[in-house]
Amino acid sequence: MMEKMIFGRYVPADSVLHRMDPRSKLTMIFLFVCIIFLANNWQTYTIIGLYTFLMTGLSKIPVRFLYGGLKPVIWLVVFTFLLQLFFTREGTLVFHWGVIKIYSEGIKMGFYISFRFFFLILMTSLLTLTTTPIEITDGLESLLGPLKKIRFPVHEMALMMSISLRFIPTLMQETDKIMKAQIARGVEFASGPIKNRIKAVIPLLIPLFVSSFKRAEELAVAMEARGYRGGEGRTKYRLLSWKAADTLQLIFLAVITVLLILFRS
Amino acid sequence: MDISLSHVDYRYQANTPFERLAIQDVSIDIPSGTYTAIIGHTGSGKSTVLQHLNALLVPSEGRVTIGDREIKAHKKNKDLRQVRRRVGIVFQFPEHQLFEETVEKDIMFGPMNFGVSEAEARIRAQHALKQVGLGEEILVKSPFDLSGGQMRRVAIAGVLAMEPDVIVLDEPTAGLDPRGRKEIMDMFYQLHQERQLSTILVTHSMEDAARYADRIVILQGGKVVKKGTPEEIFSSPAELLQMGLDVPEVVRFQLKLEEKCGMNFNKIYLSIEQLSSAVAEQLGRGVKS
Repeated sequence: MMEKMIFGRYVPADSVLHRMDPRSKLTMIFLFVCIIFLANNWQTYTIIGLYTFLMTGLSKIPVRFLYGGLKPVIWLVVFTFLLQLFFTREGTLVFHWGVIKIYSEGIKMGFYISFRFFFLILMTSLLTLTTTPIEITDGLESLLGPLKKIRFPVHEMALMMSISLRFIPTLMQETDKIMKAQIARGVEFASGPIKNRIKAVIPLLIPLFVSSFKRAEELAVAMEARGYRGGEGRTKYRLLSWKAADTLQLIFLAVITVLLILFRS
Repeated sequence: MDISLSHVDYRYQANTPFERLAIQDVSIDIPSGTYTAIIGHTGSGKSTVLQHLNALLVPSEGRVTIGDREIKAHKKNKDLRQVRRRVGIVFQFPEHQLFEETVEKDIMFGPMNFGVSEAEARIRAQHALKQVGLGEEILVKSPFDLSGGQMRRVAIAGVLAMEPDVIVLDEPTAGLDPRGRKEIMDMFYQLHQERQLSTILVTHSMEDAARYADRIVILQGGKVVKKGTPEEIFSSPAELLQMGLDVPEVVRFQLKLEEKCGMNFNKIYLSIEQLSSAVAEQLGRGVKS
């Protein structure tokens, strides 16, 4: 049922992007989200676009899989485009029919904003597609490390994150299982009148809640039984290692940033 | 109601990097009124086969026939509810599916989804509860206040109240104590005997399969490797052991007897009673040691 979901999913492969340090990937995504707003004409959008496609290529994720996973989001992108198209009231009037007025700026903004949106989605998906959840949390914990000085509970936050990430697949499986059990008892999730379909969620949600709470309690007991005391003095099994490729990657991104600043109007 | 699978393949997550062929060329016939056991290790594809039995999964290749309904690969199969009413599935850990405020409402949920009137569903609930060996006083309780064993029984009652023609059991006794295990298995067997209810037991327990089933299908690596009556299946225990599968204790005991005491039986016995009378007979005749 949720087999096509692409967000938050990791696809194992052996690519440059997979091998990179999660810290460098996280920094890259963070910077990318910032510099994408520098783009404001076709030259800069082309640069951003080329960069995005280069990264997609480097990730070795099959294009067909990406396409299948991103299909539902494409509608959101199209919607953004239409919104810009119809509601921008600047530039010269290009098209006029009844209440619909399309301006030249509208077309331009529509393209720009939907492309920006699309590139953002693609790049952030690439992060989770090429980095295991554990790596992401380790990377975040390490990047946020300095905040410990101001007593920010970095370790606890990372732990919370890794626990919730860890249980997403479990929760999905559980949802699938309970859904099937209820379908076997005559519930229709995917057809019938809307009112019934909304009601059909109850036999799914209640068992899910019950088992989630139970699981949380069991996990807490198990952690306590093994003497878990938080991050103090804790050493790591997986060590992060910053390699030449990581530095290169960030330098490359810096070059892109400079190019963007030079070409933006 | 007969169920048959013919040359069924099923692929999980087709067309993604996660694609996995779970079952391959599986053909099984389950005639009305039989007790069939489907046996296999974890990952042998038994859960996948099970979900084809009431069209929760539609085959990637091949065809499933449930009564007069045919479910084919590459086709839109609409309105599968009628099929699901007639084939009840008791999933593994069925207590996870409980959600209503009271036990009675939860048992009535299935039947009412299939269009049974409230009054009729209430009668069925009482009846089903008695069948699973629980007292009427718990009808008004919340299912979440019950013990694990009671919850299991309530969930089973919820499926029985749908009055299916075929009942599919997926490890129905997992996690129960030996007594509860036997009680539940005996209850299903009694139902099968009394009402000629077709029963399909999906399990990894050879003991249960040998004791209750009249037909056994063995799955391994997503393929059917052996099918037949228990006598046929267990007549070549060496082969089973070679496949990494267990044989029932009785059969193991008989093999040991043959090996160590030089006894020779010309058939395989599947219950202790049969074996012991066979042993007594041989001893009565006198065995030279």
